[in-house]
Amino acid sequence: MKNSPAYRSQHADSPSTRSVTAETEAADVSAYGRGLSVLADEDLKIALLIRHFEQKLLDFFEKGQLSGTTHTCLGQEYIPVALRPLLDREDFVFSNHRGHGHYLARYGDPHGLLAEIMGRVGAVCGGVGGSQHILRDKYLSTGVQGQSLPVATGMALALKRSSPGNLACAYIGDGTWGEGAVYEALNIAQLWRLPLVVIVENNGIAQSTATEVQMAGTIEGRCSGFDIRYERVDSVDINDIRYQLKPFFRSVRKFVHPLVIEFQTSRLGPHSKGDDTRPAEDVEDLRKQDWCRRYAIGFPTQFERCDDEMRARIDHIAEEVAALPLVSMEDS
Amino acid sequence: MRVSQNLNQALHDLLDNDPSLYLLGEDIADPYGGAFKITKGLTTRFPGRVFTTPLSEGGVVGIAAGLALAGQSAIVEIMFGDFVTLAFDQIVNFASKSVSMYGRRVSMPVVVRCPVGGGRGYGPTHSQSLQKHFIGVPGLSLYEMSPFHDNGPLLREILMRGEPAMFFEDKSLYGRRMFTDGVVDKMFSYDLTIPGVARVFAEQADAADCVLIAPGGIVQKAMKAARSLLLEEEISSVVIVPSCLYPFPLEPLLPILRQAEVICIAEESTAGGTWGTEVAQQIHQELWDAMQRPVVLVNSDSSVIPASEHLEKQVLIQHTTIREAIVEALRA
Repeated sequence: MKNSPAYRSQHADSPSTRSVTAETEAADVSAYGRGLSVLADEDLKIALLIRHFEQKLLDFFEKGQLSGTTHTCLGQEYIPVALRPLLDREDFVFSNHRGHGHYLARYGDPHGLLAEIMGRVGAVCGGVGGSQHILRDKYLSTGVQGQSLPVATGMALALKRSSPGNLACAYIGDGTWGEGAVYEALNIAQLWRLPLVVIVENNGIAQSTATEVQMAGTIEGRCSGFDIRYERVDSVDINDIRYQLKPFFRSVRKFVHPLVIEFQTSRLGPHSKGDDTRPAEDVEDLRKQDWCRRYAIGFPTQFERCDDEMRARIDHIAEEVAALPLVSMEDS
Repeated sequence: MRVSQNLNQALHDLLDNDPSLYLLGEDIADPYGGAFKITKGLTTRFPGRVFTTPLSEGGVVGIAAGLALAGQSAIVEIMFGDFVTLAFDQIVNFASKSVSMYGRRVSMPVVVRCPVGGGRGYGPTHSQSLQKHFIGVPGLSLYEMSPFHDNGPLLREILMRGEPAMFFEDKSLYGRRMFTDGVVDKMFSYDLTIPGVARVFAEQADAADCVLIAPGGIVQKAMKAARSLLLEEEISSVVIVPSCLYPFPLEPLLPILRQAEVICIAEESTAGGTWGTEVAQQIHQELWDAMQRPVVLVNSDSSVIPASEHLEKQVLIQHTTIREAIVEALRA
């Protein structure tokens, strides 16, 4: 159904597609070359900003310029970018250990985040939280698996009463489903009809453990056990995803109920840094399917222009932040 | 008025006066009104803010934290304090840490009420006093109910602090009467001159041979010990009943502690890593040179708490245990 011509023609009219500049490639290349539709510059740039940010972190770690740990979202950048227009400013977003993309998609603030990770002046949380513990306006991340879902459920309870039409949105991974807190939260969210949207980034691997080794049954089956609406997203096409999910978000806002959306995605990088035990050829297979690589082939001119711009931007910011003084406890 | 009535009234008043306050707990709905009837009438009177929950201690404390994050405040009733271990992550790693881990102070007014203590034959998992496991968590305060401290103002004060707190309620107190007007009985009086501390004394509030520090749960036994010390051994005592266990407010107690021949700390906790050890260390740090002997620590045995009445009695601290420890210390 999703790939039917009727769907495609509706899709081609979507605002984000229309807003693309009259790049020659958009006319020349089929809008669905390499299976992806053409993105608005803005969307592509944010996705690439996230990619270059993550690559810069790994680069810094390799050079010994960063301490501690980090979890990059290489390969998953398109998810929070796709969700941007579906989330309202007053919605509360909960992120997890792999949250740089979630933050950057919401605030476009690589400066504050990098300063946070590097413990420099201008850090968004004074250098105390670091990569995994960020709070800004209506955005919070925590580093313990499953912990955020009950908190998001409480937030949804408050929003239902004080801010009807808004929702709490929590990103979790496939590994998170091993935690009991997930089920306590889902049960209550459905029982009390709370506006909670759970975004599952199922990248098929929890740290070093393949999903099939750590999960019995399916996420869909588990949602069905709670009678919670569930939608699976296989696409990596930002326009497609928005089109697919829009009615679901509308329903949560209007009819007030929890929703679980499972993205089938790929983690291209290591869990943390240099700790990838997957066979190289498996990772290479994933890389061939990388949204970024596919998009670069499909829309080379736009891609190169945006990619160069974002690489330069991150290089510049990284240089700037690295030169800043260290943040002190008194600053926070 | 019974302590349970005082606490129930306190919750009624708090919810009535603060429209942003929620109360959550298992089996707290009318007509049941909670396992110890502390929440009677509340779901009927405040249906949108008082929720009986599934058996999900961790989830429910997480929800409370989510409400707090949304600018509300919340009280959670843990049916038996023993079950609070199920919420340890939410208390220690989320609610408490959130106060400071985001680089600026985040208000987190959450009170977790825990009925604790033995003496009822409920056995190893329904009789414990688990206060000691929560000591030393940044951002987390521990309080204990007593028959001297009016629960309404106390809970209001705790919520006003904007930080998570545990409120331990010894089950043996629920059926006891609240002391009022400075009178305990024919022999003992009490005052509340020092903020947060009740002083129970026969003649003088600020001088005695023995200063016996005893939180609410052990206060009946402490007073019984003080009576027999006075009548049978001519040892005068002041019983200090702090409502805040941690961080322990030592400063205002230094004068009375300095003049004592013996300082004893009594608690129902089983042995090992106790609250008393923590307070004793603080006292030693401040007063070591002026002290005639180290602080005497009295607690229950290092054991699970047996269900059979006669066995339970052997494990749990009794008034005679306190009395004997003090006499022995003075004789040594």
